[in-house]
Amino acid sequence: MLVFLWRRLVYTLPIMLGVALVCFALVHLAPGDPLVSILPPDASAELQATLKELYGFNRSYPEQFVSWVWRAVQGDLGTSIASNRPVFSEVMKAVGNTLRLAMLATLIGFLFGCLFGFVAGYFQNSWLDKVASLTSVLGVSVPHYWLGMVLVIVFSSILMWLPPGGAGPGGSSDWTWDWEHFKHMLLPAITMSVIPMGIISRTLRALVADILAQEFIVGLRAKGLTDVGIFMHVIKNAAPTALAVMGLQLGYLLGGSILIETVFSWPGTGSLLNAAIFQRDLPLLQGTILVLAMFFVVLNLIVDVVQTLLDPRISRS
Amino acid sequence: MHITIDPKKLPEPVMQRSAGYWQTVGRRFLQEKVAVAAALVVLVLLVLAIFGPWLAPMDPYQSSMLKRLKPIGFPGHPFGTDELGRDMLTRLIVGTRLSLFIGITPVICAFVIGSFIGITAGYTGGWVNTGMMRTIDVFYAFPSVLLAIALSGTLGAGITNSLISLTIVFIPPIARVAESVTTQIRGRDFVDAARASGAGAFTIVRVHVLGNVLGPVFVYATSLIAVSMILASGLSFLGLGVKPPEPEWGLMLNTLRTAIYTQPWIAALPGAMIFITSIAFNLLADGLRSAMEIKQ
Repeated sequence: MLVFLWRRLVYTLPIMLGVALVCFALVHLAPGDPLVSILPPDASAELQATLKELYGFNRSYPEQFVSWVWRAVQGDLGTSIASNRPVFSEVMKAVGNTLRLAMLATLIGFLFGCLFGFVAGYFQNSWLDKVASLTSVLGVSVPHYWLGMVLVIVFSSILMWLPPGGAGPGGSSDWTWDWEHFKHMLLPAITMSVIPMGIISRTLRALVADILAQEFIVGLRAKGLTDVGIFMHVIKNAAPTALAVMGLQLGYLLGGSILIETVFSWPGTGSLLNAAIFQRDLPLLQGTILVLAMFFVVLNLIVDVVQTLLDPRISRS
Repeated sequence: MHITIDPKKLPEPVMQRSAGYWQTVGRRFLQEKVAVAAALVVLVLLVLAIFGPWLAPMDPYQSSMLKRLKPIGFPGHPFGTDELGRDMLTRLIVGTRLSLFIGITPVICAFVIGSFIGITAGYTGGWVNTGMMRTIDVFYAFPSVLLAIALSGTLGAGITNSLISLTIVFIPPIARVAESVTTQIRGRDFVDAARASGAGAFTIVRVHVLGNVLGPVFVYATSLIAVSMILASGLSFLGLGVKPPEPEWGLMLNTLRTAIYTQPWIAALPGAMIFITSIAFNLLADGLRSAMEIKQ
């Protein structure tokens, strides 16, 4: 077990380095000078040189990469070109907002996904299965940014029950535990939850059907175990995979929230990315992507470790 | 010396060949009503994509300041008009071509490149495999939406850049599937037999590996088209893909966002088209997968 954990940890380090390299390369892949957005069009060559030196763009690529990684490890992701504030604090504030949204969405998606998946797998080929399977196909097929718009049309424009956007009343972007803030979170979270719901229910349907077809279930039935007892066995066998899928979905939502955040003007990492792209604020873009990708890598690691702890068979294979 | 067999001289039983693999797959596919329906929808969409400009009732660029945002059912405009007074029905039909193009092209490109990478890595094995697959793992470490937006965000807006970034997004998953299937095939007896009979690596890959690997990889790639459609239109929705005034569903959804309080259902129409397309491709892929008995 310890050997497995150690190996998994060692395997993660080169991935992290690779991710950092891709994020670093992004800036140099971009056409045009990275400083173009703050330089006045008639900037003198002298000013250009000074700024280049200030941001470190005058050194060789390997040099820049090493110093960038070294500073990133210490929590310094440079300065945003547009706002002149440290990238790290900007990103962290936004990550908090996105994480809150993604967690609620994953929770909703997990609960409904499990429900549909279990029902579909347990009553395979019945009409309940067909309805549940259809729901999951719709869930993975829907363009979520469009679903967000439709929900705004129905619940904000027509019924006027819920606010159409923002994170809180009066455009506040900080979280407090009250109904008003929760109301703002509801529509984007429901929109977001549709994807994990579809995927979790699809996975669980196949999984439950697989488990029910195994011989030990026949054995348990022969032993005279009740349906409820068998159900508990199914849950126990399906739990590690279900939790793993849920963990990965949380990671996908964190990284993939940009479209939904744009629809709902949610002040998270998606909005930050959007602003960074259109203002050509490359340090901010680079930093946000790095933090989100690292979150995803670490989450993958945690999922693997937890899954192994729950199901020791994995570490042996 | 040639051995010629005259089929007329053969006894009856030999003439009745058992149904081939593709015939069996085709028969099984036709038995599934949902999959056939999905295939029909895809066919209609393809017809719209090819003949759209001739089928559409009006000019998709013809705007009119007097007829802006007319409701569904407005005389002369069955699906209303958009924010510049252009006919919605026309733009939805004509937009099929560009929307399908930006959604399907990346998957085709990734299918070619990803299969090449996966088969090379899987067939070569050893450190070449390790090196290639670890590099692929790095791209796997990014959520796909994030990678697509990051790449097209840095490359800049435009159709070409959005095609390039989506291709890069879909290469890793396809390469992974191709690699794992190739590794399985490589260990089979008929590959050993071919090698023992003196076949070179290139011949083995062409004759034995490609035929067995491309099927499952193709089905997997079909299931990616739905995701690709949503992502490609999503990039246009963000302003990173197709540029105005071209008719494309994601971009139409973007420009109509301002109208969701005045003409909500017209604003929602382009998204419904993306939804229908994506459902059809998902169900088609599901049908193909079960007809070909591939477990994924």
